[in-house]
Amino acid sequence: MNGTTDKDEFDLIIKPRQSMLSIDFKGLWRYRDLLMLFVKRDFVATYKQTVLGPLWFLIQPILTTVTFYIIGSIANIPTDGIPPVLFYMAGIILWNYYADCLTKTSETFTANAAIFGKVYFPRLIVPVSIVVSNFVRFSIQFVLFLAFWLYFYFFKGAVLHMNTVALLFPVLLLLMAGHGLAMGIIISSLTTKYRDLKFLVTFGVQLLMYATPVIYPLSSVSDKYKGLMLLNPMASIIECFKYGFLGVGFFSPAYLLYSLISLILILFIGVVLFNKIEKSFMDTI
Amino acid sequence: MSDTIIKVEGLGKQYRLGQIGTGALSHDINRAWHLLRGKEDPYLKVGEVNDRTMKGGSDLVWALKDINFDVKRGEAIGIIGKNGAGKSTLLKILSQITSPTVGEIKVKGRIAALLEVGTGFHPELTGRENIFLNGAILGMTKAEIRRKLDEIIAFSGVEKYVDTPAKRYSSGMMVRLGFAVAAHLEPEILIVDEVLAVGDAEFQKKAIGKMKEVSEAGERTVLFVSHNMASVKSLCSKGIVLSNGSISFSGGVDESVNAYLKDGNDEGMTEYKVLSDDRSAVSAEVEVVSVGIKAHGKEYGDSMRMDEELELTVTYNKKKKGFRLDSTIQVKDNSGNYLFVCTTASADAETNENAEGLMENKLLLPKNFFNADTFYINLLMVIDERAVAVKLNDVLSFTIMNKQLKIGAWMGKGVAPLKPDFKWEITKK
Repeated sequence: MNGTTDKDEFDLIIKPRQSMLSIDFKGLWRYRDLLMLFVKRDFVATYKQTVLGPLWFLIQPILTTVTFYIIGSIANIPTDGIPPVLFYMAGIILWNYYADCLTKTSETFTANAAIFGKVYFPRLIVPVSIVVSNFVRFSIQFVLFLAFWLYFYFFKGAVLHMNTVALLFPVLLLLMAGHGLAMGIIISSLTTKYRDLKFLVTFGVQLLMYATPVIYPLSSVSDKYKGLMLLNPMASIIECFKYGFLGVGFFSPAYLLYSLISLILILFIGVVLFNKIEKSFMDTI
Repeated sequence: MSDTIIKVEGLGKQYRLGQIGTGALSHDINRAWHLLRGKEDPYLKVGEVNDRTMKGGSDLVWALKDINFDVKRGEAIGIIGKNGAGKSTLLKILSQITSPTVGEIKVKGRIAALLEVGTGFHPELTGRENIFLNGAILGMTKAEIRRKLDEIIAFSGVEKYVDTPAKRYSSGMMVRLGFAVAAHLEPEILIVDEVLAVGDAEFQKKAIGKMKEVSEAGERTVLFVSHNMASVKSLCSKGIVLSNGSISFSGGVDESVNAYLKDGNDEGMTEYKVLSDDRSAVSAEVEVVSVGIKAHGKEYGDSMRMDEELELTVTYNKKKKGFRLDSTIQVKDNSGNYLFVCTTASADAETNENAEGLMENKLLLPKNFFNADTFYINLLMVIDERAVAVKLNDVLSFTIMNKQLKIGAWMGKGVAPLKPDFKWEITKK
């Protein structure tokens, strides 16, 4: 055969190890329909054969809020003068988005081993689809939060200083989704080899929630631990959200910047690991 | 014209044997420590052959080694080999499910791999929704699927249930739907594993027909992996034989199938054996020199088909005169069940008793008697119809192939090991 012309014509070269940082954006774009179908599948499949169906998106945060309301009033946890229901709900829907992104993406490889073993498509589609479908869920819950906000503002006369920081909301969302995704793909990559992590994730996320000012304000933490707490990039994100929508909390551009930088760092590690594992995990899982 | 569409160069893939996971962390640390000091990977021993019957020194093994081949546009290539020869590994690398350890593959155009039908089907989704999901997983766009939706549904033959959740489907319906989607893929390169072995006869006929159509159009390249030599022969024009992780033969499909069978059938035993070194083949009265089975009029190592007469030969050295020596064969099926016994006891008595020296007994087995399957033979040398001088268990194994089938004929495995061509009388009443 003549080997003269075909050198540059090949579209795809399968090699032992591709560059660790190369994200296949072209591939991701080509499979965008698959992404949306995965999102749709998650929705349709989750609430099939339930009576209340998608109403569960709303019932879950309400029930959790009620739980914390009861615990909060017994333990006398301060809420910075904000109606407790509103305060807890703000924390819970935000935290749930982050936590769901993290736990669901952390199962990417183990839960999809059957599909991954038979067909190739850019593996990153799966974690990204999880972030997207959780986003839809979050949006619905956010509308619920707004409804409560309006109710307390107009009918209960609650003092809620909504301010321009609320405009940062999309940025906060991106930061949160990014952190959830980044941690999720790191854990999912490591779980292929060390299954032990699987048991730690749910427990760890729960523990992390109590280390983050979700159901208590940062202001109730003593100064000694405040700095330590703000090392958690989620802390400033949630505080910033509360500051913007409820007028209480801790708003610091510096710490948001810190969140962003740490996100870039973690995402970098995540993508490197994910790319490495994507190529070899079928042999280790 | 040499329009190379796939070019495989120096491809190799290494696996770790034994329990994966245990000791992984310590291996990782050890490996990192070696690499850090600029030494070579202590777990990467090059040059070991993958033979599952031999225990290697290292627990890392090369599942594929030094694979080089080119595929040209429009070719249909059959990849054949024993279990564990590396077929599936090669497919997995080609379809990018796992990456090679060394070497590279260059590909022109889109690859779709069909290693399973109905990948990613979700039981809660309806047939229609699953068509979209499965199609997208295999690389189709939504618009493409929508365009072919009616065709896919018609091909699957499950129109009635297309809006029913897939969990209510029978397994056969799942397969039909899955294949219907896959059959409507339009990649330049299609990789097919033994998925055609599923489904009922009618569906197999449809599937093979569709595959044939696809490859004969000339624009599409097909790589087909199968154990079924008949389907390989009917679909492919060329063949690649894998053996212990390397290519042992490549060429035309007929030669490849023959080379594969010569290489030893599934159990790795040859059809011709010289037994002069085997002490169990020797007694005070007789020494079995060789045994062999082949198709009548063909060479040892050639394939044997159902519609060919078989010739079994026993060569032995009778050391003394004055006693009767009979050879008896016991034929067993693949699972070791005895099928029949056949002995020379009825043959000419006089010459037998007075014979001495090198002898040859030849048995002719009629055509259209064995079904397409693998068989085993025990050989007994019996003195005066009472004492066994030599008994050789499983001395031969041989595989009978299906006769040339019409395209679209059923290619599954028969239920019985024998399929004798007894005479039917068909009359109109």
